[in-house]
Amino acid sequence: MAAVPIEIPGPKIKRQRLLDRSFQLTTTVAAVFVLILLAGIIISLFVGGWDALRTFGFGFLGSDEWNPVTEQFGALVPIYGTLVSSFIALVIAVPIGFGIALFLTEVSPHWLRRPIGTAVELLAAIPSIIYGMWGLFLFAPVMANHVQPWLQEAFGDWAIIGALFEGVPLGIGMLPAGIILGIMIIPFITAIMRDVFLTTPKFLKESAYAMGATTWEVVWNVVLPYTRIGAVGGIFLGLGRALGETMAVTFVIGNTHRLSTSLFAPGNSIASTLANEFTEAVGDMHTSSLIALGLVLFLITFIVLTLAKLLLMSLERQRGAKS
Amino acid sequence: MMNLSQDVAVDTGAMSKIQVRDLNFYYGKYHALKDINLSIAANKVTAFIGPSGCGKSTLLRTFNRMYELYPDQRATGDILLDGENVLSPRADVYRLRARVGMVFQKPTPFPMTIYENIAYGVQLYEKLRRSDMDDRVEWALQQAALWDEVKGKLKQSGMSLSGGQQQRLCIARAIAVKPEVVLLDEPASALDPISTLKIEELIYELKRNYTIVIVTHNMQQAARVSDFTAFMYLGDLIEFGDTNAIFTNPSNKQTEDYITGRYG
Repeated sequence: MAAVPIEIPGPKIKRQRLLDRSFQLTTTVAAVFVLILLAGIIISLFVGGWDALRTFGFGFLGSDEWNPVTEQFGALVPIYGTLVSSFIALVIAVPIGFGIALFLTEVSPHWLRRPIGTAVELLAAIPSIIYGMWGLFLFAPVMANHVQPWLQEAFGDWAIIGALFEGVPLGIGMLPAGIILGIMIIPFITAIMRDVFLTTPKFLKESAYAMGATTWEVVWNVVLPYTRIGAVGGIFLGLGRALGETMAVTFVIGNTHRLSTSLFAPGNSIASTLANEFTEAVGDMHTSSLIALGLVLFLITFIVLTLAKLLLMSLERQRGAKS
Repeated sequence: MMNLSQDVAVDTGAMSKIQVRDLNFYYGKYHALKDINLSIAANKVTAFIGPSGCGKSTLLRTFNRMYELYPDQRATGDILLDGENVLSPRADVYRLRARVGMVFQKPTPFPMTIYENIAYGVQLYEKLRRSDMDDRVEWALQQAALWDEVKGKLKQSGMSLSGGQQQRLCIARAIAVKPEVVLLDEPASALDPISTLKIEELIYELKRNYTIVIVTHNMQQAARVSDFTAFMYLGDLIEFGDTNAIFTNPSNKQTEDYITGRYG
């Protein structure tokens, strides 16, 4: 059946259609711009690092040699440093963030929720250079004089763990960097876990309480299983932050290209290597290796963040399917 | 009005399981229940009906102190369960909730297997050997008329069941603890007619062993399943008595208007 045309004054509808079209176009261009930007960054990293990647091949990832004089470059030390410091950060931030999020959603009296929630969010707003300065001037001496000697005393003789705490307590190194990173990602993990816990339906929690469960039992047996995918997503998001963090780590990690099992030993992360050496790179191969290092960091972070998004999305789907 | 409701309850001669005395309830400053007095008969089904916001669910939720989860809600007055005041600060809320089970509007299976859903409440109160727990789970599922449908898939997630099955799982879960009273808060409002019928048949079976209180929007349902009916309006208990009497010969004009569909 042919549609019956509706009579509307011509010029007005024409103008509206034109406005609509141009609005659509503008927003589409803005959205596509992001994709182009992303692709552009990947391509330029790849092109810039091509020299190094071609010369060293996969050995670039496996070699711990980083010598601008002989022009031998391998990424193992910074990759190791990035992963280890981020892992320490997770070990610290996950339980604390989990605890804060639980407190905020299930335990805290209502009047206290807003102030604590805001305080945690403010923690995320502190510029990372402040954390770095604080880490170097206040935290490092405390580590060197009190924490590290104590750790050595307590665990130094243990079979495998002892190796983690060997060496001179300098106050800067992998462990302090990890701890500061941990403090920095607590707000992110807390915020996501809190939001994720809040997605637990009220009825579901009430029915566990109605069985006579305590708050802890409700959290452990109902809230956590219900939200675990999202909670893991939150952890990965925090990990993504920790991997790329530059300034604070640069201040306390020690910036030394040496591989060591001890967490007290100074090391290096990808981001801090780049921050330290980029402006002083001598020779094209050095520059190219640094760019290739950037590409590696980009890929690691990309994978971690993609995983985080996928996990958080699947929690939403699971919710959507049920309600 | 208050006296009327008490008189009717006494007239039935049934043993009283729960007695509500001068109950008032507040959401912050809002006065949601006003001087409620009624008595719930043992091993009978008592229905609370009334338009949305009349306080019927609120009243139900005072029986297991569910409202305590929310700091701005409070109740004054007495609720006697076998003569013991459950609103007293000294009353143990966990023991109360073991004696008074509850089933909610929407099916709320816990995120665990069917078996664990049933066992969960039991292990909060009793240490059972594995074989005893198996027996308890089977018994509870049979009571809820669900055993035949799920006996082959106890290890599956409770969320994999259909809506009606989930709701019967929730009833089985409440019964597994061996409560004395079962509170049903619009248990069939999210279900299709056939599942609703199954739940209603189940309620009829269950009253032999349990005292049942049901909140419902559906007046036919109240007429079908309950022995006593309380009609509430704007926080007042308007009329309470034998279900047949309320539906055939209401003594109050407001009750009559509501059950004949003039408002609500």
